[in-house]
Amino acid sequence: MAELNTGDGGGKKGGGKVRSKKSNPGVDLTAMVDLAFLLITFFILTTTLSKPQSMNLALPDENKPEETPPETPAWRTLTIVLGSNDKVIWYQGGLDNPIDGPVVATYGKKGIRDLIINKKKYVDDRNKAAGEPDLEKVGITVILKPSEKSNYKNFVDILDEMAITGVKKYATVDITPEDIKSLETNSIY
Amino acid sequence: MAKLKMSKKSTKVDMTAMCDMAFLLLSFFIMTATAKVPEALPVETPASTVQTKLPEENLGTLSIANSKVFYGVTGREVRVETLKRMGEKYGVAFTDDEQKKFSLIDGFGVDIRQMKQLIAMKNEDRMKENVQPGIPYDSINNQLTDWIQISRNVTKDLDQKDLDIAIKGDAKEEYPTVKKVLDILQKQSKNNFFLVTGLRSEDF
Repeated sequence: MAELNTGDGGGKKGGGKVRSKKSNPGVDLTAMVDLAFLLITFFILTTTLSKPQSMNLALPDENKPEETPPETPAWRTLTIVLGSNDKVIWYQGGLDNPIDGPVVATYGKKGIRDLIINKKKYVDDRNKAAGEPDLEKVGITVILKPSEKSNYKNFVDILDEMAITGVKKYATVDITPEDIKSLETNSIY
Repeated sequence: MAKLKMSKKSTKVDMTAMCDMAFLLLSFFIMTATAKVPEALPVETPASTVQTKLPEENLGTLSIANSKVFYGVTGREVRVETLKRMGEKYGVAFTDDEQKKFSLIDGFGVDIRQMKQLIAMKNEDRMKENVQPGIPYDSINNQLTDWIQISRNVTKDLDQKDLDIAIKGDAKEEYPTVKKVLDILQKQSKNNFFLVTGLRSEDF
């Protein structure tokens, strides 16, 4: 049978006692454990980071025959125009006769978020006072107008803002020349 | 005084159990891991707080960066069939070998007429910067529309499903480019899609 010859290189032959070495049978596994944990860390990090997140975006159907566009009273709409330099302009109602604004603001917690929350509350309160049965249906409508100078990050940021503030009705609309003029006068175009 | 007897215990800890566990975890992570594939068009996605998971199959991904658009679908059969039909439409015939090679390419960004050269390239050459100029998507030569439309048709024929579309835009990308892509999708009644974003970690 297979036998592993170790140690005796032919020196002591016949009769001589073969002394086996008393080596410790335990192997030091510290280095192996180190390595294993290193690899685990590596795999944990790469797997969780490589799973991309995503957000849903729904656009209106262009090919559907246009019904009469739903009438929304001016006080219920909030328009946000995305300009350059990570800045926006917002106004409530139409630009020619705004109820509030137009005002320049930034993104995020310190910028537009409070405004959206306040305006949403304002619309909900007014609806409640008028005794509307379905608050969601007549809630605030946010109109997003990304200008050509805004970037994709701005667009995602403002959609994110919609998700954070819980605005259910929002639409992305092409920018109008008046809006561009308004951006230009505030030098964010 | 009584003599204090120090126990003569070995300082060594038995690592066997720990080692077993570590390797068990390691093999688990290796098996569940999905390898990160190098992308032809490096894209730095913007962050968002919304955390919807992307579907892993039956997905077409549009990468947008530096005004270039790249496209890729999941599923080898879908890829092969899409390439075949695209070739028919633009009068380019692909051999079986080319089709097989194409089915291994995750995303591409060339004119269909340069597709043969791209397929012939080595993998690492293909990933180099500025090798692929992007799929034409202007009004004169709108191949991107055809790619999306045909891959959607193929998915419908093979799997009886509508292909999900994900848009992977670079954070710095200017809005008009994104708008053009959105318009293309909207024109073919694809009104619902995913925007690929990173996870927002900082306080937004």
